[in-house]
Amino acid sequence: MSRGVDLNPAIRVSGLGKRYRIVPRQRYLALRDRIEEILRAPVRLWRKEPSSASERGEIWALREVGFQVQQGEVIGVIGRNGAGKTTLLKILSRVTEPSSGSAEIWGSVRSLLEVGTGFHPELTGRENIFLNGAILGMKRREIQRKFDEIVAFAELPEFLDTPLKHYSSGMQTRLAFAVAAHLEPEILLVDEVLAVGDLAFQKKCMGKMDKVARAGRTIFFVSHQMNQVRRLCSRVLWIDSGMLVMDGATPEVVSAYEKAMSQGELQGQDSERGGGTRFVKWHFAGAGGDENPNRLESLGEVTVRFDLRLDAAVHRGHHGVALFTASRELLWAKAMDGLRLQPGLHTISYTFPCLPLRPGPYFWQVSLWEEGKLLDSWDCLPEMIVSTPNLQHARDEWNGVLNLPCEAVVTEGEGVEVA
Amino acid sequence: MATAFPTEIGAPAPVRIGPSHGTLNFRLREVWAYRELLYFFVWRDIKVRYKQTAIGLAWAVLQPFLTMLVFSLFFGKLAKLPTNGLPYPLFYYCALLPWGYFATSLQNATNVMVEQQRLITKIYFPRVVLPISAVLSGLVDFAAAFGVLIGLMAYYRIVPGRAALLLPGFLLLAVVTALGFGLWLSALNAIYRDVRYVVPFLIQFWMFASPVAYSTVLVPQRWRWIYGLNPMAGVIEGFRWALTGQGLAPGPLIGASAVAVVLVLLGGLFYFRRTEGRIADVV
Repeated sequence: MSRGVDLNPAIRVSGLGKRYRIVPRQRYLALRDRIEEILRAPVRLWRKEPSSASERGEIWALREVGFQVQQGEVIGVIGRNGAGKTTLLKILSRVTEPSSGSAEIWGSVRSLLEVGTGFHPELTGRENIFLNGAILGMKRREIQRKFDEIVAFAELPEFLDTPLKHYSSGMQTRLAFAVAAHLEPEILLVDEVLAVGDLAFQKKCMGKMDKVARAGRTIFFVSHQMNQVRRLCSRVLWIDSGMLVMDGATPEVVSAYEKAMSQGELQGQDSERGGGTRFVKWHFAGAGGDENPNRLESLGEVTVRFDLRLDAAVHRGHHGVALFTASRELLWAKAMDGLRLQPGLHTISYTFPCLPLRPGPYFWQVSLWEEGKLLDSWDCLPEMIVSTPNLQHARDEWNGVLNLPCEAVVTEGEGVEVA
Repeated sequence: MATAFPTEIGAPAPVRIGPSHGTLNFRLREVWAYRELLYFFVWRDIKVRYKQTAIGLAWAVLQPFLTMLVFSLFFGKLAKLPTNGLPYPLFYYCALLPWGYFATSLQNATNVMVEQQRLITKIYFPRVVLPISAVLSGLVDFAAAFGVLIGLMAYYRIVPGRAALLLPGFLLLAVVTALGFGLWLSALNAIYRDVRYVVPFLIQFWMFASPVAYSTVLVPQRWRWIYGLNPMAGVIEGFRWALTGQGLAPGPLIGASAVAVVLVLLGGLFYFRRTEGRIADVV
């Protein structure tokens, strides 16, 4: 999608921070506690006790975040759960105040931190459309104008006058999305809400987001689904533990993020495997020297070897191998039955004519079973890094997992008059 | 919080978000910009309140009516408190009407921020819209109960004089009183959750501090203006006087009430604005 990015800023954030105080003992403050505190203050001062404010913990949900977004950009925000992404969105939506720093926003802002905000179960679908639309920031005339489109998008015209409490949760979500999808702000802030609904509906919502993006609006989009981020965003902000860790083009930030996530996940496991029947190691056979035992650099025949140490003989062994992407999507798997092996060190190798994968990290997983009992299962470390030349489309959003080599030929036909 | 409200397409000035410093700026223009949302909140409250109740709006009428009966019996017939010559039912109902509005609005305003917690933590709008909507939605109940008042006046053949023209003014005073105190309680309850349990007791006590069950003539003349610092005293005496011509004409009492309520309102707005920033975090 080619769309000129405006040079005017849409959002400018600098030094943004948000501090939360944790009240350790009870969740809610009671007036009598506060009164007690005030009455005790002189006593505390006299005794030089630390005040209860410093006893309470403080956490910085966001710290020194700064960036600038131009009008028309579609920015993805990624990071672990609890990293501070939603807090950032809440501050930009003015739902909560920053503790430090500032943000400037040019243009009308609408946020989607949740779908169905303000929906009331006693009101009918029709009434809830108006209520929800008003809450999201639409004027009544705007809602009236778009009413038919909203109903069509939600696909439930027959239920408009039934109270919402009689709707299934799927229907409620569809209605909520239908209203939200018709927001037309200059800046849209979306928080992980596109991950709900059935596949067909999700596709519809993504399509609408796409349309919104193409219309030149600025979108700020928090998501855990890297494929969505890759598809919609030109730029990604990676937030971890309240800080902006990385800010750059989508392919770089997403791969860095995926790499970091995968390493963190497997930290618990030793790469030095313990005793007993175990898969001990994996490596490429004869791959470019031992400096890069887990790096695939050429698109050609490749052999992957798994070393297995058996303490006890195996008579009817069942072995499985699988290949996963960094986000745990299964790419390929194979099983082997009827293994008969004596105790000792063995090697199972797989030879492929080529492994046409998009450059990035991947994971092997191997397992060994005997008579239905699991002997060992291993998420192989280190990960396999594919860094072959990229044969796909120049733009990252049009790169899939299959980095297939192919021969493209254009055959010119005879010039023919087209009627 | 932001020091300007959202600009529309093409406008060069940005909305600036930063930590607030307890500004005295009430940003009333912003509230006006969100008046449609205010309308929707009031509309929703009313619709929801009466959607499934079989008696519906009649409940808004039953409460003051039944209370009037009880008062008429105990304070009127049995205790024989003076009523300036009005029949007991009318005397009490004239007071119970604005009082009921005040009590309900106060309790609703106290609870509204916590009840709408989901909204507050997900969407931006000037938070003050919520207590305002709580105070305004009580007016519908008021209107229903007012109908009964007309009936009562017809029954007792009391025709309101020109003083009745001032009735909207006293109604406004009632609304402003509910709003003033409602703002305080609403912000306090969002932060200190036990406040809502205090409110019913507060209202009980307040009712006896107001001329609902008795007439202000019981209060010695010298102390009337202190008594008038309770804004509801001014509201209730004003209602009685405007509707029936009996009782206290506007004077120092009502003047004191009006001044008190304006101070409470300004204080309430100030406190609310100051704590608004925290509310989304603690509610």
